[in-house]
Amino acid sequence: MAFATETQFHVLAVDDSLLDRMLIERLLKTSSYQVTTVDSGSKALQILGLQDDQTNSPSVYSDQHDMEVNLIITDYCMPEMTGYDLLKKIKESSSLKDIPVVIMSSENVPSRINRCLEEGAEEFFLKPVQLSDMNRLKPHILKGKYKEQHQQEVLQDNSTTSSNNNSNKRKAMDDEISPEMTRPRLTSSVTVL
Amino acid sequence: MLGLGAARLEADMNRLMALLFHQFIWKEKMEKLAHPSTRWLMWDSAQGVLDEQFMQLQQLQDESSPNFVSEVISIYFRESEKLLKNVRSLLSALHLIRTFVANWRVMFLSHRADRECTDYRKIGIHLNQLMGSSSSVGAKRVRTVCLAFRAASEHRSWSGCLRSLEVLEHEYCYLKTKLHELFQMEQQRVMAAGARHHPLLS
Repeated sequence: MAFATETQFHVLAVDDSLLDRMLIERLLKTSSYQVTTVDSGSKALQILGLQDDQTNSPSVYSDQHDMEVNLIITDYCMPEMTGYDLLKKIKESSSLKDIPVVIMSSENVPSRINRCLEEGAEEFFLKPVQLSDMNRLKPHILKGKYKEQHQQEVLQDNSTTSSNNNSNKRKAMDDEISPEMTRPRLTSSVTVL
Repeated sequence: MLGLGAARLEADMNRLMALLFHQFIWKEKMEKLAHPSTRWLMWDSAQGVLDEQFMQLQQLQDESSPNFVSEVISIYFRESEKLLKNVRSLLSALHLIRTFVANWRVMFLSHRADRECTDYRKIGIHLNQLMGSSSSVGAKRVRTVCLAFRAASEHRSWSGCLRSLEVLEHEYCYLKTKLHELFQMEQQRVMAAGARHHPLLS
């Protein structure tokens, strides 16, 4: 499965701390991801095309309807909208719910971690985030892509009658993903759900 | 001959790094540090000014981002100084409330309680930010002092807070001085060696 050029996946990073934004951007770029960073949950929603914002902010690309985001990584503790609030809004949106979301926090609070995982977060990273943590992102991105592909196939199914074709595609996707799927990373002091 | 000055600077830098990662410099460890493969040997860093996260920053620095560490550290200094300044003024305000209200106890009792509560909470918020950024850059001791400081603010102990602030400012000052030394030495070493690589890259 060798590709001439590997597709670069796009990650949206949300953190109110400038320092942490610099760090996560560097971590992601070093791991060959395309990165966009924003400093708040509301800006993240704007970029994802979800929120209607009246103010003209120069940092928001209003025409960016086709800004494809393959994964969202967000800090938990942010003023106004926490990472958890952002996660909820994403999961409630029909257009965004299949985008994998990873939460970061500097504090190891088991109830917080469980709450986020229950709400649909893929993983919970303890800060400071390490280079090795970046390796855990790809499986979630691929899972998200699979869901996206699956949805497209369902639409195709409804309009065509080639059901045989589709089952083969699905199988191929399964083979791609299953070896890399890992359990969510939690600290050893937390019991997994 | 070109490398002599550079080599000496590199040795000095290793000494400084050893100091930062661990409070005590042991001679045998020093000699081990001279060898590149053991340079980043981390022994018990319970008293270390820096921890492994600082090494992570160094690992993230490369040709595409050659000044990453100094950029991040500059931002850290800038933000930390702002936070420290805010904490200082909150603590002064709290002191005023204490001494002022001693004379006007009955009238302002409830207002004082609210104000105190808010100010201590604000101190806590600033400390959380400082803790977060300190942990992100590997400033271990600063982070530890913040933890103790936060406890004092949660207990609304003004004298505890004042003591913590003094220790915090001392630790921060020490860290800043040492990191500046490190960056200066690095610049000199690069010039002396005329080399493109620097020893902070593994």
